Amino acid sequence: MSPLSLALWTPLACLAVLLAIPSSQKAAIKLWANVSALLGLAAILPLLAGFDKTNGGFQFVERAPWVPSLGVQYYIGVDGISLLLMALTAVTAVVATLSSWNAIEDRVKQYYAMLLLLQVGMLGVFASLDFILFYVFWELVLVPMYFLIGVWGGPRKLYAALKFFLYTLTGSVLMLLGILTLFFQHWSQSGAPTFAIDALLGLSMPFWMQQWVFWALFIGFAIKVPMFPFHTWLPDAHTEAPTAGSVILAAVLLKMGTYGFLRFSLPLLPDASIDRTIVQVLVGLSITGILYGALVCLMQKDWKRLVAYSSVSHLGFCTLGIFSLNPNGIAGSVMQQLNHGISTGMLFLVVGVMYERRHTREISEYGGLAHRMPLFATVFAFAVLSSAGLPLLNGFVGEFTILQGAFEASRLAASLAVIGVILGAAYLLWLYQRTTLGQITNMKNNHLPDLSPRELAVFAPLVIWAFSIGLYPKPYFEMIERPVARIVERVRPGYFQERPQAPALAELDPAAAPAIRLQAGGAR
Amino acid sequence: MSPYFTAADQFAVNPALLLALFGCGILILDFLIQPNPKSKRLLILLALAGEAFAAGALLRQYKLIEEQSVVALHGFSGSLIVDGFSIFFNAMFAAAAILVVLISYHYLEVEGEHNGEFYGLVLLAQCGMYFLASGADLVTIFIGIEQMAVTFYVLVGFLRGDRRSNEAAMKYLLLGAFSSGFLAYGFSLLYALSGSTRLDQIATALAQRPAADPLLILALATTMVGLLFKIGAAPFHMWAPDAYEGAPTPVTAYLSVASKAASVAVLVRVLMSTLGSQRINWEPMLAVAVLLSLTIGNFSALTQTNLKRLLAYSSISHAGYVLLGLIAGNRTGLTGIAVYLLVYTFMNTGAFLVLISLRQKGLTGDDIDDLNGLMHRSPGHALLMALFLLSLAGIPPTAGFIGKYYIFLSLVETGHFTLAIVAALYVAISIYYYFRIVRAMFLNEAGQLPAAVPGWGVRVGFLLTAAGTLAIGLFPEPVVRLAGRSLLR
Repeated sequence: MSPLSLALWTPLACLAVLLAIPSSQKAAIKLWANVSALLGLAAILPLLAGFDKTNGGFQFVERAPWVPSLGVQYYIGVDGISLLLMALTAVTAVVATLSSWNAIEDRVKQYYAMLLLLQVGMLGVFASLDFILFYVFWELVLVPMYFLIGVWGGPRKLYAALKFFLYTLTGSVLMLLGILTLFFQHWSQSGAPTFAIDALLGLSMPFWMQQWVFWALFIGFAIKVPMFPFHTWLPDAHTEAPTAGSVILAAVLLKMGTYGFLRFSLPLLPDASIDRTIVQVLVGLSITGILYGALVCLMQKDWKRLVAYSSVSHLGFCTLGIFSLNPNGIAGSVMQQLNHGISTGMLFLVVGVMYERRHTREISEYGGLAHRMPLFATVFAFAVLSSAGLPLLNGFVGEFTILQGAFEASRLAASLAVIGVILGAAYLLWLYQRTTLGQITNMKNNHLPDLSPRELAVFAPLVIWAFSIGLYPKPYFEMIERPVARIVERVRPGYFQERPQAPALAELDPAAAPAIRLQAGGAR
Repeated sequence: MSPYFTAADQFAVNPALLLALFGCGILILDFLIQPNPKSKRLLILLALAGEAFAAGALLRQYKLIEEQSVVALHGFSGSLIVDGFSIFFNAMFAAAAILVVLISYHYLEVEGEHNGEFYGLVLLAQCGMYFLASGADLVTIFIGIEQMAVTFYVLVGFLRGDRRSNEAAMKYLLLGAFSSGFLAYGFSLLYALSGSTRLDQIATALAQRPAADPLLILALATTMVGLLFKIGAAPFHMWAPDAYEGAPTPVTAYLSVASKAASVAVLVRVLMSTLGSQRINWEPMLAVAVLLSLTIGNFSALTQTNLKRLLAYSSISHAGYVLLGLIAGNRTGLTGIAVYLLVYTFMNTGAFLVLISLRQKGLTGDDIDDLNGLMHRSPGHALLMALFLLSLAGIPPTAGFIGKYYIFLSLVETGHFTLAIVAALYVAISIYYYFRIVRAMFLNEAGQLPAAVPGWGVRVGFLLTAAGTLAIGLFPEPVVRLAGRSLLR
């Protein structure tokens, strides 16, 4: 078994063990769930250690026939982009599991079983190189998330869970039609039935068909991201989900959509992806999402809902970066996906911490928390600043690179997006001010305990990660520069030869060209 | 051709003969044994033995075809045909009948209507289905349909003390007779137009007629009305919800799975091989029926509170998906029909089986609310039901996805993009009502009901249906290959 398969199936093996523990042994279940999450993370480490940054293709590749008559294979592998997202998944799983220790006391075994199942699905989405395998994992994610929201969620959990499920499923069945069209085109052109992504790359389709497949995939991915106007499921799902569910949803599930654009839409449908109308529509929707999400945040009275809407805004940056269709935009987008996972994960955990203590999410109920909970205030400050994109913290790296890319593509888009950055700082700092600074206005907040060691342990990995990316983003850019260059070269052939910024290297090796510029961008 | 009964005839009709023999045997034996539940088990064993013999005869047919590598074997001067298609469908009916026999014991005991003739009727209905899948002559097919239908009229009304069951049987009988009239009218017109009742000869004769022949269109339309009625496709579905709700639940399962599949088999054979030249006429008619089935089935299911009615409407929409394969009409589409129906046999019977197993007279009925909090009191049932519902909704990695996969692929291949999108969107709608059940089981608060303890027949039934639903979903290769060989050539 290759290291990648091991990493993929470790949570499932842990799940099998978990099911063997009797439901009454709550402590043992919790302990094992945390061990499982750590094992899942440990299984990712060999991948990170053995990863070859100079190779832009897929690594740790493994393929075996699954359904030969349908051309479906068990075909997995990672490049820098997917490996980063897998690492994010594993870290998020650890954090989410640990954060649930006290929050979940009801149906504990089922809860952790759902978390582990969810983890398998998410890892599988990022590792799949076969389109149907991808689809199976994509759908696999839905069911545990439905139950996480529906069983352990807030007051309107039933509504939110169903809405989440219906929205995503609608998108994914249309996506399936797109996948089948690609498959059939390839089948009739080459005579070989296959869903392997690299084989589908060789496809030449008429433009109208590329367009229709693009929109079919777009619906699936855009609902997941979620892009404006498909975002309405997100505030409900996020708000009603239990803390761990919100963290996973924000940190990883939304990235499945942006990842889909990067892995499938752009490389497989280059002509449609570069089409003026399509790019304009997508950039327009991204900008709308950025501004709309930020404005709604300013209006929110509910702490968790505010964080949820901030995701709409931040994910708008990710899609804006992708559809800038240049190395900076795409690399920035990948970084932003990672950073959003870290910073919004922290923000949801912060809400969770307070909700466990006060059982309310109304911002007006809080105020002056810093007086009684200095540790909490510090961690919250990190989360806010990282999310707002303060230099030296992770958020800045991604946002700045995206803006560079957007500027190269369209000055108007970039300048509108900058307004989004400013608004982002505004609603986040205002949130911080209203909840944490000032005098204690509500007596209920007078005797709140500060963060426990367990809670600190939940935040620690994320804070450290946020800092390390902010201080030294170079290794991350190195990991993704070649995959990103491949995508750009695929969508805009000759991009690197035409650009005067990197003349010498571009002629020798197109894939190496963005390295210099990205490093320069990251160090700034 | 020999005018006498030959070995080839015997070979072609053998499974049906065995079924009829055992079916009648059970009817007679029922009078001879003690009228207590224990001795009824003997009848179940006899019914299973009959199925085993019939399955053996089917297997011999399969082997002979493979050995001789012929497309088809004929019997009775060509009025019966044995080919991959007929064998695949008959095997499916056998699977359904075995499941029904296994799961009925518990239900009939609970309802207090445990009469031995039930098992005989199940076999006799299957005997009728045999002629639907294997018939190559209008008269043979018609007799098969009537035999199947008449047995089902009795089976639907089997709960003699239950008014709903009686009402269901009456409705089914009246509307069924009406539709048979249509079918007979269509068949007689086909005979009038071609001068033959043999399907292959009709095909040759009709191929020379102009496509816009009004008489031919009339024949086509009436034939299709009759068959769509039996399939339970809209707009001829009115009987289905009532019959499904009133019938004993094992019969509902049988009706929704095997009877539907048998009628689809006839429709496929008649439309693809006999009326293939008339595609330009029947495709739009079928498309209308499909769109209506999907729409009426899905939207009506949304508001149902009775589980059997809900599953009835969902089965109307599944009929729509199956018929989409016929609209595509290519290799993938026809394989898809076979795969879909097989998968449907497992998952739909499984869903009904959960209802059967939970049935406790006076305590648990068929309302969605009766499943409230099932996860707390009976997690096994809840998980199985969730599996079957996910499969019915077509979510991977369950078997239902493979069925939907084929149907969608066939539509994409043949360029029916609009139909594909509509069908895909209806999947999302179906999620809504399937997940109402899931919600009741997992998310709603538990009622105060004792946990159900399934008997051995139900347990075996669960094992078979769950294994079918999961195994075909995870490792579809063998089934897919088998279905691929079953195509009409």
